[in-house]
Amino acid sequence: MLSFILRRLGQSSVLVLIMSVLVFAGMYVVSDPVAVLAGDDFTEEDRQALARELGVDKPLITQYLVFLSNIAKGDFGVSFVYNRPVLDLILERLPATLEVAVLAISMGLILGIPMGIYSGLNREKKATKSISFLTTVGYSIPNFWQALLLILLCSVWLKILPASGRGDTTDLFGIPVSFLNWDGFSHMLLPAVNLAIYKICMQTRLSRSGTQEVMYQDYMTFARAKGISKMRRIRRHLLRNILLPIVTITGLELGGLIAFSTVTETVFSWPGIGKLLLDSIHHADRPVVVAYLIGITLMFVTINFVVDVLYALLDPRIRYK
Amino acid sequence: MSKQDPTRLEKIWKAFRGHPIAIAGLIGITFFLLVAFFAPLLAPQNPYDQTQLDILDGLLPPMSQLGTGQTSWLGTDALGRDILSAVMYGLRISLFVSFVAVIVGSGLGVFLGLLAAMKRGWVETVIMRSVDLKMSFPGILLALMLLAMFGTGVDKVIYALIIGAWASKARLVRSVALSEMKKEYIDAARLAGIGNLRIMLRFLLPNSISPVLVVLPMAISGAITAEATLSFLGVGVPITEPSLGLLIANGNDYLLSGKWWISIFPGLVLVAMVLCINVVADRIRDHANPYLRGKE
Repeated sequence: MLSFILRRLGQSSVLVLIMSVLVFAGMYVVSDPVAVLAGDDFTEEDRQALARELGVDKPLITQYLVFLSNIAKGDFGVSFVYNRPVLDLILERLPATLEVAVLAISMGLILGIPMGIYSGLNREKKATKSISFLTTVGYSIPNFWQALLLILLCSVWLKILPASGRGDTTDLFGIPVSFLNWDGFSHMLLPAVNLAIYKICMQTRLSRSGTQEVMYQDYMTFARAKGISKMRRIRRHLLRNILLPIVTITGLELGGLIAFSTVTETVFSWPGIGKLLLDSIHHADRPVVVAYLIGITLMFVTINFVVDVLYALLDPRIRYK
Repeated sequence: MSKQDPTRLEKIWKAFRGHPIAIAGLIGITFFLLVAFFAPLLAPQNPYDQTQLDILDGLLPPMSQLGTGQTSWLGTDALGRDILSAVMYGLRISLFVSFVAVIVGSGLGVFLGLLAAMKRGWVETVIMRSVDLKMSFPGILLALMLLAMFGTGVDKVIYALIIGAWASKARLVRSVALSEMKKEYIDAARLAGIGNLRIMLRFLLPNSISPVLVVLPMAISGAITAEATLSFLGVGVPITEPSLGLLIANGNDYLLSGKWWISIFPGLVLVAMVLCINVVADRIRDHANPYLRGKE
């Protein structure tokens, strides 16, 4: 097991190194930072001074090593736009992104699993066909357009929920969060629903196929023969067995949720890290974009690593492949 | 193997017979393709011709009369551009970008998958590790990264979508091609002295391509959505060649003042098209699955 973990850790490190080279090449070599930052009235000396200040006059390999060692020290530089350390900017906006993500995942699980189990148990009913059609529609509507429909319906026509911003926040252990007061929570609802629709469709499909597999197992028949009531059979025997793959995929999809939060946060002007990324791309705020990309890479590599190790723990065949 | 082969047409028809929703999807796809192709002939107005636009016609609701006396069925945007015409032209760009990206990307993926299965060794390792690297990131994020690095534009969006499309096809083709490589016809071809490239294209490709063809419609609808999302976020196609996503973004500024038609109509067309492709894709996938087919 230890050798598997070490080998997998080695692969992950190589992956991070490759990504750091790609990000460095993309952000530092393809676009010339001196050209971006220099004003029209800059002389040749000014340009050289700027290049020295930014460290781009040195050979590429030196620049890359400096880039790498700064990251290792947690120093991502200072934002061109906000003139503040990038790490602070990102950490400050992270809670806003996470609280919407958690609400969206909860909605997906709470609505998706019951609908999926119902569809799996009642294959020929009309409601099942409607659910199946609705999930196809849900999959087909682009995330950003759903957001616009939600704004149009709830904010413009019905005027029941706010369409943008974060609203009031309450401090929880020193971190401002929105979900503890009504104004903040009402601002959270539309972005969360927007992220949740895809999750609901996915959870429904997952739990439906899980149910269809489990319901014909011998232990289900046996439980029924023992005279266990239907609700108890669903809760104790069915749900427990379909939950494992659902939890795994929900964990894996966490990254996808953070990725899609760029879209949702932009539409709803939700001040999280996704909106920060988009704004930074538009303002050519390179240090922020680089920090975000490196951070996301680390996050994905970690998620994949943890999942692989867990799988190897659960299934010994993987270890010896 | 030709597409005109009647038995193949019959096979395709067999997949759709008795599935009205899937047939409706096919009809929808045909309709959208025709509208996109003939947009310059069908559209009431050329939305890129500044001389045809009148700022006085700006922000008119659907069914309004334009200054020229024409009726604008779907209303106009801030510049006085007819939404119906803009949607028809936008459809062309959306479809063009996604089809080119998926076909080139899948072609590249199929080639690399076949190469990995034939060469084995380090070639396979490099290709499959790259696939893993690509697959460990959500597509939309990867595209955002690339566009953040290389800037925006129609060509850049196509590159970003190509990079999004190749990996899953390479993985799919390799797994099929690996088992095909063990079969006798490959040995026979080798013994007959046929070159590697010819074996790959004439023998291995036709026998390994089916699973990729099955997922191709899903890839196209995914690319259409991805392109629309990127353009909506302002990192996709330029303002001079607005796709459906960019048209929706333009209307976004007017949504809160109740001028819904600018965003909603391009969005409806986008959703209708993606939905049509998805129901057809679902049908093809179910039909290709022998386990499900037995139950029909």
